[in-house]
Amino acid sequence: MSLFAQGHTACGGCGMPIAVKLVLGGSGENSIVVSPTGCLEVTSTRYPQSAWGVPWIHSLFENAAAVASGIETALKVKGKKANVLVIGGDGATVDIGIRALSGMFERGHNVTYVCYDNEAYMNTGVQRSGSTPYGASATTSPAGKLSFGEDKPKKDTPAIAAAHGIPYVATASVGYPKDIVKKVKKAQEIVGPKYIQILAPCPTGWRFDGSKTIKLAKLAVETALFPVYEIENGEITKVKKIKERKPVEEYLKLQGRFKHLFKENKDQIEVIQKMADANAEKFGLDG
Amino acid sequence: MKLLPGGIVKPKTTVANKTGAWRTFIPIYDEDKCKKCGICETFCPEDCISVDENEFRHPDYDFCKGCGICAEECPADAIEMKYEEKE
Repeated sequence: MSLFAQGHTACGGCGMPIAVKLVLGGSGENSIVVSPTGCLEVTSTRYPQSAWGVPWIHSLFENAAAVASGIETALKVKGKKANVLVIGGDGATVDIGIRALSGMFERGHNVTYVCYDNEAYMNTGVQRSGSTPYGASATTSPAGKLSFGEDKPKKDTPAIAAAHGIPYVATASVGYPKDIVKKVKKAQEIVGPKYIQILAPCPTGWRFDGSKTIKLAKLAVETALFPVYEIENGEITKVKKIKERKPVEEYLKLQGRFKHLFKENKDQIEVIQKMADANAEKFGLDG
Repeated sequence: MKLLPGGIVKPKTTVANKTGAWRTFIPIYDEDKCKKCGICETFCPEDCISVDENEFRHPDYDFCKGCGICAEECPADAIEMKYEEKE
């Protein structure tokens, strides 16, 4: 058994627990985890139970990075060593907790912040977040006669993290498990704030069959809609190259949240393809 | 129920939840086809697949929610999802 036990109540086929067990696998037993409010919190710690095999604390929605900063400082004062992590969702990271996260980066705390990115507020019922991609239908950006769904591009949170001048920023996808473990291990060897964003498909919110989670986690990368890379001290040091980049339709057509694009809003698929092309160009993904 | 300070609870106590009851389709493993690669184990969101002494994998049906990721990702096509009749 890993450090994340069975009996958690995440939906069947959820990408999040896959990310969590891999992150803990890379970080090891000597870890302390903070989780803000979100799917991970409610599905892993239904009182009086816990799925966690390491010390874990629930903060508020907005202050996980601040709580982790405090834990890291307390360990320092006591002369003790442990890997301090935050594992939180995209809503808690890119919207609600970004102020505390920015402060943690600025103060230089030795904390690894992991965002499992399922691209909306799934726990409360699929409300759009800053991380929701362009064209996706969410309950607060619903597709209909007057809307093609989310009309803002996905917030580039890794770039915001990198702009703080922190030593390590990485993206990853649950489709590539060894890459996640490797990046978490690498992060733990670097002193200072680290930020890792992991794409974790959500069968409930993205509306697809739970057996396709890994397939979609790979397709997001293979279409260049979710580029996988590392930024060290402000420089892009590594990217996951794509041998034969797939058209975005292959990724979009498998998900109910993009279904409307194939009916009335076909022009928007071209817009999304251009976004993927721009990602491929920016990170040099083709090859 | 007695509340502990800070709402502290014991680790890995979710194992009391037998989430296998959620399942509609059950994964059936074919050892003749299995290549012992362990991909099913890596991707299982429930982390409920164990390895025996011959390196064959076995899902724990107490926890398997029947998502079907193991069957979908198995490169040897050694796992079949079958509709489960419940008593």
